[in-house]
Amino acid sequence: MDAANYLYLSVLLFTIGAVGVVVRRNAIVVFMCIELMLNAANLAFVTFSRINGDLNGQVVAFFTMVVAACEVVVGLAIIVTIYRSRRSASVDDASLLKR
Amino acid sequence: MIDLALAVGQTQTPEAVMFWILAPLTVAAAFGMLLVKKAVHSAILMASVMINLAFFYIAQDALFLGIVQIVVYTGAVMMLFLFILMLVGVDSSDSLTETITGLRPIAITAAVGFGGLMVSLLGRATLGRPAIGLESANANGNVKGLAQLLFSTYVWPFEVVSALLITAALGAMVLAHHQRIQTRPTQRELSTQRFRGISLANAAGLPAPGVFARHNAVDVPALLPDGSPAANSVNATLEARGDMLATGVFELGKIDTSAGEEK
Repeated sequence: MDAANYLYLSVLLFTIGAVGVVVRRNAIVVFMCIELMLNAANLAFVTFSRINGDLNGQVVAFFTMVVAACEVVVGLAIIVTIYRSRRSASVDDASLLKR
Repeated sequence: MIDLALAVGQTQTPEAVMFWILAPLTVAAAFGMLLVKKAVHSAILMASVMINLAFFYIAQDALFLGIVQIVVYTGAVMMLFLFILMLVGVDSSDSLTETITGLRPIAITAAVGFGGLMVSLLGRATLGRPAIGLESANANGNVKGLAQLLFSTYVWPFEVVSALLITAALGAMVLAHHQRIQTRPTQRELSTQRFRGISLANAAGLPAPGVFARHNAVDVPALLPDGSPAANSVNATLEARGDMLATGVFELGKIDTSAGEEK
């Protein structure tokens, strides 16, 4: 088995995540798909770190994890706030700018 | 060190076996996330994807990241997701009909295009030299190697990220803070409301759920004296989720007594 297989897996996961962001309408599921994309990128970082024999890739993946955690915290707080004012977590309902 | 792997480039058999078992599972779980209707099921599939990724990290000599993946993602982030789901989500199952016409075919076409492009790119790319592997970089242990990098080359980003974390925590607190517009009603006011209100129907409190001697679970509405079900005896959450049981079988006159008569 080639180490590049991890890269193919990473591409697949990223693509699935991207489709999820576009297709799903529940804000929380959309958010989880974003997490999936971040994780796929992390897998690519770790694999490249191994291929290049260099730990820098792992450090970047670590930073990505921290930033993802921040993003989740703030994003979920926004979802809760939106849900409080409009009783819905669907991304279609938050269309104030349209009207 | 964990010895799951690694003469890099051509990896050894145990890792290949693990990869070919876990990778299809991971992809299947990720697909499932797209397809399932309930957000809670998506969350559980997501957690399984993350655990599988942790295995991949550990197999690739990223021991620290693998552990952090489990602790931070499956531990903290997914718990946060589930927590918010519980807070927000009784009716958070998506209807899977598309609201924007043609969105789904376009999204799938774009995804196939992007995925195909990346895969063909990866298939053609060569490194120009054999892959190296992390044996020398991890000579003193993965954690030590990472720490040396983090606290030398990456000190400044590390500090910035810590500032970011604090900012995010504060921001979340500010966003989620709920300001009361009215004062909280006192017990006295609630009591007045109950007895001086329009109707005295609920003066003695709402009816308790369950049908005496037949079925007293919380999801069964109580029966009123005339035999009709009292919907307000069941928690509104259960009702919104569609988990309230029908009372037809328990109503007076409809109780099946034939089994007793036959004997």
